[in-house]
Amino acid sequence: MKLILEKRSEQSRAMALLSPLLAIAITVVIGGIIFASLGLDPFKALHVYFVEPVTSLWSIEELIVKAAPLVLIGAGLAICYSANVWNIGAEGQLTIGALFGSAIPVYFTTWQSPLTLVLMLVLGGVGGALFAAIPAALKNRFGANEILTSLMLVYVAQLLLDWLVRGPWRDPKGYNFPQSVPFEGWQLLPLLGEGRVHIGAIFAVIAVIALAIMMGRSLRGFEIRVIGNSPRAGAFAGFDQKRVVWFSFLLSGALAGLAGICEVAGPSGELQPNISPGYGFTAIIVAFLGRLNPIGVLFAGILLAISYLGGEAAQVELGISDKTAQVFQGMLLFFILACDTLILYRVKIVSGRPATAKV
Amino acid sequence: MGALEAVILTIITASTPLLLAAIGELVTERSGVLNLGVEGMMIMGAVCGFAIAYTTGSPLLGVGAGLLGGVGMSLLFAFLTQTLMTSQVATGLSLTLLGLGLSGLIGESFTGLPGIKLNAIDIPFLTDIPFIGPILFGQDILVYFSFALVAIVTYVLFRTRTGLIINAVGGNHHSAHALGYDVVKVRYACIAFGGACSGLAGAYLSLAYTPQWIENMSSGRGWIALALVVFSSWLPRRVLIGAYLFGTVWIMGLYVQAMGVAIPAQLLSSLPYLVTIVALVMISGNKTLTRINTPACIGQPFAPER
Repeated sequence: MKLILEKRSEQSRAMALLSPLLAIAITVVIGGIIFASLGLDPFKALHVYFVEPVTSLWSIEELIVKAAPLVLIGAGLAICYSANVWNIGAEGQLTIGALFGSAIPVYFTTWQSPLTLVLMLVLGGVGGALFAAIPAALKNRFGANEILTSLMLVYVAQLLLDWLVRGPWRDPKGYNFPQSVPFEGWQLLPLLGEGRVHIGAIFAVIAVIALAIMMGRSLRGFEIRVIGNSPRAGAFAGFDQKRVVWFSFLLSGALAGLAGICEVAGPSGELQPNISPGYGFTAIIVAFLGRLNPIGVLFAGILLAISYLGGEAAQVELGISDKTAQVFQGMLLFFILACDTLILYRVKIVSGRPATAKV
Repeated sequence: MGALEAVILTIITASTPLLLAAIGELVTERSGVLNLGVEGMMIMGAVCGFAIAYTTGSPLLGVGAGLLGGVGMSLLFAFLTQTLMTSQVATGLSLTLLGLGLSGLIGESFTGLPGIKLNAIDIPFLTDIPFIGPILFGQDILVYFSFALVAIVTYVLFRTRTGLIINAVGGNHHSAHALGYDVVKVRYACIAFGGACSGLAGAYLSLAYTPQWIENMSSGRGWIALALVVFSSWLPRRVLIGAYLFGTVWIMGLYVQAMGVAIPAQLLSSLPYLVTIVALVMISGNKTLTRINTPACIGQPFAPER
């Protein structure tokens, strides 16, 4: 018995759509096996994990709150990865975006006007883009590997945030807790309806639509795809690879920064040492699960948000670690990559020795 | 114990995990494969090492378990990238994400438990020599092993037939294939070797550096090891120098803090990451240095013509 991959004459469109579904199915099956091995009823556990988060109004709202940053960041990363530009430091850009935006309520505590919020959001995007400009500049100017530089900067950003909330930006009335002043009024994002859903969700949808149009209908989108597939062909077409690096880094950084300021001006309402449960890293999975396509990212973001909520529910109801969520997320990306092989190849199982070539 | 002696001893402990992981990744990359999952393999090595050492009471079994944990993870990567021909960059990233998640889950029940330290070897008389005794003869086996590994890898890569094959596979996989070498098999082996080294690096963290399990305790060392390979321009002896430079940077922050210098602790903690970026920029700007030794096929998938 031997596994043989046979190259398809052209990419399978059916498999491109089926592959993520297949990956989800395999993840669920393996998840069931893991639950069973922990001594739980796998069907009940999977129900808690994947179904309960979408059954009540409260949890659907919570789902949107969690999906919004994932979609915002994931859509930007999808563009980056389409261009073969590897920004994996979105978590750092999110952090710096949150810091830039929070400077307004920290330094102008009493300033209340709609402009306050607008300025915070703009600064959030600018902060994220500026921070993303560092790996872009180092790549274009010195050829430094952007994967390593963007990732190293995540640690730097998190330490900077830690220093600020424990030092100069600490709330003087906060009983020495590491947190900034609580945001109020126009320093907070308006809510949609009664619950916790804020306008960050609308930003995410707008970003998805805008990027989908850009990738599908504009020259810029075409440039990104050509450079991503074949830099040489792009050069012949007169496309500049460095410009694409700049563009994709600044865009994805700005979206991550916006997601960051939306987190602190939304669900948290203040700066803390931990502002994100790893959204910037999970968004990498979102981008791949969404086929590097902005519309796909929307669905993928919702699914990954379910895994966060399911992890919390499983911890409360089943008494298992919420770390299972991270394991599910990691497995999912693994299986998507494996299933994507089916787009380009046919799998054949050959029994016995492969036939010898005729002389 | 003198102050200088203490500093040197801690530099050695901080450098060893970087050296182990980087020398393994160097071999993987020499065969033309970029495995970005070092961080994931390292953290799995750390949790497996701690878990087995804690349950069996034997740190040596822990070291073995750490090695196997790293190899297991690397074989997942090898299966995807070599057999299923997935993208090496994406697969490496997913290996890191999976490793961080899985280690958190496995390690949860071990958090806060007293660790078992991998003891330093003790050679009578030699270890008692002042100053050089503890430094040269009072280390644990993994420290000696890391130095031996540099020598062995240098010898194998540049003086043996095996080394020629590895370099050929990394330099031009089509030619190597045409000569009759099994490119995929060679790469499987080199990936597994890299996994074993990363696993040992992880075990060193949870059994010798800080003998306990802390979530995410690798804190970016796997990524720094990856940068070290670039920094060393794929030469083992430069990996040795680089690892000790970075280990020194890592430790200097702690000592400056201990001396009460008024610099924010967070700034000192971010030094290793900042220095990594600076080093990458300096070395990448030097085109001749990087071009000569960069494995030409790095990151490219190989599909034998059938």
